Amino acid sequence: MKIENVQDAALVRRYLIGDEKGLEILITRHKQRVYSFIFSKVMDRDITEDIFQDTFIKVIRTLKKGKYNEEGKFLPWVMRIAHNLVIDHFRRNKRMPKFQSRNDFDIFDVISDGEESKEYEMITSQVHEDVRRLVEELPNDQKEVLTMRIFKEMSFKEIAQSTDVSINTALGRMRYALINLRKIIDKNNIILTR
Amino acid sequence: MAKLYNESFPEPVKPTGPKEETVKFLLNFSKALSVTRYKNMTFETLNN
Repeated sequence: MKIENVQDAALVRRYLIGDEKGLEILITRHKQRVYSFIFSKVMDRDITEDIFQDTFIKVIRTLKKGKYNEEGKFLPWVMRIAHNLVIDHFRRNKRMPKFQSRNDFDIFDVISDGEESKEYEMITSQVHEDVRRLVEELPNDQKEVLTMRIFKEMSFKEIAQSTDVSINTALGRMRYALINLRKIIDKNNIILTR
Repeated sequence: MAKLYNESFPEPVKPTGPKEETVKFLLNFSKALSVTRYKNMTFETLNN
């Protein structure tokens, strides 16, 4: 494990036992990187400031609730939260396009050509990739039922016949697959909607 | 006499890092936030 990660982990532990200095050092240490990451996506200082603040509010709340998984990966975890909030920001803006008054008004800023932007294509492809990875985390029997139902669109009767179990068992496996997926999503603060 | 104007180009925007007040807000938020657990429930309280 890298020295930097060990130090982060130690600071998180300090913070978890009530030492606020731990958080201060963590924010000071990573603020530039997190801020630059957000800025590189939204290209607006005020929005970056808001998303940066929301990111660390989520970090603080998760830590205080004891929901943070100590795996020596503090910064990637924070970046992931920031990334999800950036996606939220673009999603909100798509629902409610913002009109900014400028001297060099460009009508194409406010009307769409009906095609998905590259940005949204990237978001969609990332969401799909995340779902694929999540499904891979499931136990084999649940993964099998979920794949047949969702991706192959088979009925539960067909699934039951194909996997040689009763319909109730197939239904139960599907139910547990969904419960487990939700658990992983909540635990890792993953956002899978657009 | 004709007035001369310089055409000024906008400076390239560089990320400068969060404002000091944002960091201060986060540290104060952290100090004010307390989390209480009761059975399966979690309660958040902001003590300002």
